[in-house]
Amino acid sequence: MLQRIIRARETLLLGAILVLIALISTRFPGFIAPSNLARVFNDTSPLILLAIGQMIVILTRCIDLSVAANLALTGMVVAMVNLSFPGLPVALIVVLAIALGTAMGMVNGLLVWKLAIPPIVVTLGTMTIFRGIIFLISDGKWVNSHEMSAAFKAFPRAEFLGLPMLSWTAIAAVLLFTVVMTRTTFGRAAYAVGGNPHAATYTGIDVGRTQFWAFTISGALAGLTGYLWVSRYAVAYVDIAGGFELDVVAACVIGGISIAGGIGTIGGALLGALFLGVIKNALPVINISPFWQLAISGAAIIIAVAVNARANCEKGRIILKSAEHAA
Amino acid sequence: MQSVPAADPDPTPVLALDGITKTFPGVKALSKVRLALYPGQVTALIGENGAGKSTLVKVLTGIYQPDGGAIRVDGKEVSFAGAQAAADAGITAIHQETVLFDELSVAENIFLGHAPRGRFGLIDWAEMSRRAAEILKSVGAEIDPDHKLRDLGIANKHLVAISRALSIDARVVVMDEPTAALSHKEIHELYELVETLKAQGKAILFISHKFDEVFRIADRYTVFRDGQFVGEGQIDAVDEAALVKMMVGRDVSQIFPERQSHIGEVVLDVAAMSHPTEFADIGFTLRRGEILGFYGLVGAGRSEFMQALFGITRPSAGQVTIDGDATALTSPAEAVDAGIVYVPEDRGAQGAITALPIFQNVTLPSLRRTSRSGFIRLAEEFSLAREYTSRLDLRAASLDTAVGNLSGGNQQKVVIAKWLATKPKVIILDEPTKGIDIGSKAAVHAFMAELAAQGLAVIMVSSEIPEVLGMSDRVIIMREGRMVAELDRAEMTPETLVRHAAGI
Repeated sequence: MLQRIIRARETLLLGAILVLIALISTRFPGFIAPSNLARVFNDTSPLILLAIGQMIVILTRCIDLSVAANLALTGMVVAMVNLSFPGLPVALIVVLAIALGTAMGMVNGLLVWKLAIPPIVVTLGTMTIFRGIIFLISDGKWVNSHEMSAAFKAFPRAEFLGLPMLSWTAIAAVLLFTVVMTRTTFGRAAYAVGGNPHAATYTGIDVGRTQFWAFTISGALAGLTGYLWVSRYAVAYVDIAGGFELDVVAACVIGGISIAGGIGTIGGALLGALFLGVIKNALPVINISPFWQLAISGAAIIIAVAVNARANCEKGRIILKSAEHAA
Repeated sequence: MQSVPAADPDPTPVLALDGITKTFPGVKALSKVRLALYPGQVTALIGENGAGKSTLVKVLTGIYQPDGGAIRVDGKEVSFAGAQAAADAGITAIHQETVLFDELSVAENIFLGHAPRGRFGLIDWAEMSRRAAEILKSVGAEIDPDHKLRDLGIANKHLVAISRALSIDARVVVMDEPTAALSHKEIHELYELVETLKAQGKAILFISHKFDEVFRIADRYTVFRDGQFVGEGQIDAVDEAALVKMMVGRDVSQIFPERQSHIGEVVLDVAAMSHPTEFADIGFTLRRGEILGFYGLVGAGRSEFMQALFGITRPSAGQVTIDGDATALTSPAEAVDAGIVYVPEDRGAQGAITALPIFQNVTLPSLRRTSRSGFIRLAEEFSLAREYTSRLDLRAASLDTAVGNLSGGNQQKVVIAKWLATKPKVIILDEPTKGIDIGSKAAVHAFMAELAAQGLAVIMVSSEIPEVLGMSDRVIIMREGRMVAELDRAEMTPETLVRHAAGI
């Protein structure tokens, strides 16, 4: 029953995205062209990658506000490594980015697990620290396109079966983490921890350890995205992806992941990210001013959350007073 | 089906429900039920879990609006648009879990929503405090109205809840299992309070699972079964057996299962276990096939000891030996691996994960067996879940159903199935029948006997004397964190249990 509701909610979101695309294409027919849709997907890929990690963290009743700062720091480090050692193979760069991001995620996880500090405080702190470190190591300077090696910049753009590697990375992550969340003991533990931490403890699940691994995964994905982001936009500086963590959380919320933990799917995170991605890509092409774009994105988030909240109410727990009874 | 016509001393009920129906998607929670409450009388509402008692309380207090039927106050038909409307009509409820605010003062809790106002509509604090003290005194509570609620014990919190009910000049007081969290002495004080309320002419609806309570304080009874009205009448005119029959629609023997204990070798040996603050010097042995009762007053340290034994908290000293191997259990995962499982008292908070489906709940502690290198084998998971849910006769449409959609009794079966699936050696049942109805109780008892018969060692923490006497092979009595007595079957009597537990 509940699963059916969730499934319906995801179908609803998919429907909303399709309607949105249809509406946009009435004003801008080019939007619906397959090549353009592929471009929108590619643009949204970093958001999808981070939303997957965030979804797992939120599922365990935590939140990771440091993802964008993690992305920026990793991006700066790999850009500077590339600057110093232009000959380093891209595969090694990717491994380095994932390792760095993982380490930062582990720091978050350890603070939440071992010191029992509320996740929002931990990641608010590390977010600022990570940004500060970028400034320290870069002296506030940019790493520009001409300083990066060709191979470094080529990877996210390299096409395979018509799609760039950036998109393929997001697709691979969606598939991988769908399996992780539905078919592994870690995934099951994450749902249990978020659904009822007390019961999970009695079942022999270590709540803190599960949250630690959730942060670690989120960090690893942020690190990977850090390299992809910097190489795709071919620039690294202190403020890249500033405020992007809020988009990531919004994508999760739109995708039906319960902020209270325990409810959500990778598919939901994907659709939530795509919904935001479509809006952000469409508004400029139909000539809506940037200020309205922000307001519209915000309104979309609130509407999505309101729809989710209503879906939760419809189980008959809260019956609103109706006019005919008052008569 | 029997329906005893009520011989009413007072023909007009304060509150009458007639033909009330309430439907939720897929469930008819109440079907044309009726209920009448008379001034100065206690009416007991009796029914199994899922009979519709809680729904009825919510209809009465304006939280739910019925789909059909009439609510009459003093013979006049009314409808409650919300909780405030019901309160205005003089109906108040004291719930199972007190719904109060820890961070507010006692007086604020009592007057929240109807605080006395002074000039300019501001709250008149002095008046509020004075009136709160007055009401508290009338219920015999020596509580400073300016204290924060969080400083009070559970019993005093109940008194505050009752004072709140009195403060709105209620004519109808609904008590939903008010004694569930109270100790023996506190229950007696509550009875006296009910008498006071009766003397003041209030109509009381008393919901309880405990028959001794019902016969002790009720004047009238109403029985529901599966959301339907079954019967009502004067309590003097029925006996326990008749009520049970109405309630479950069949004869249920209230006697405990007859069992032949086959007590085997020692499986668990606990020596000199202590905790810095909660308990000291606990030592006992437990054998296969044995049911060991742990009796004591609420707060005697029994659950705290069990949690330490299960690895949730760390004892400061002591030795645990399982099957001859000395083991140091530092986490629940280790305890489960060593063959100890713990079915906690608070199954809502500590038992099931309601958002997950049945089969995932059942296999949660056994994931290591249903997975290979971290990957879950769905087929094995399903077969394990199916095996144990069918052993417990769990009736659900599908194992995919989220546990949150099951009734309380079935949720409990899920929790028990989950633990049995780990194939434990020792099972700790903390208040296994607390707050469940008599039919389910008998099922739990029969099941406990079956577990012991299969060679499991059972530790049963219970505060219900009949249960301790009826089920245990041996009983350990705790008082203030210490073992004060260990009695075998022949030595157990209600008197000895109470004497040791209370220290008299």
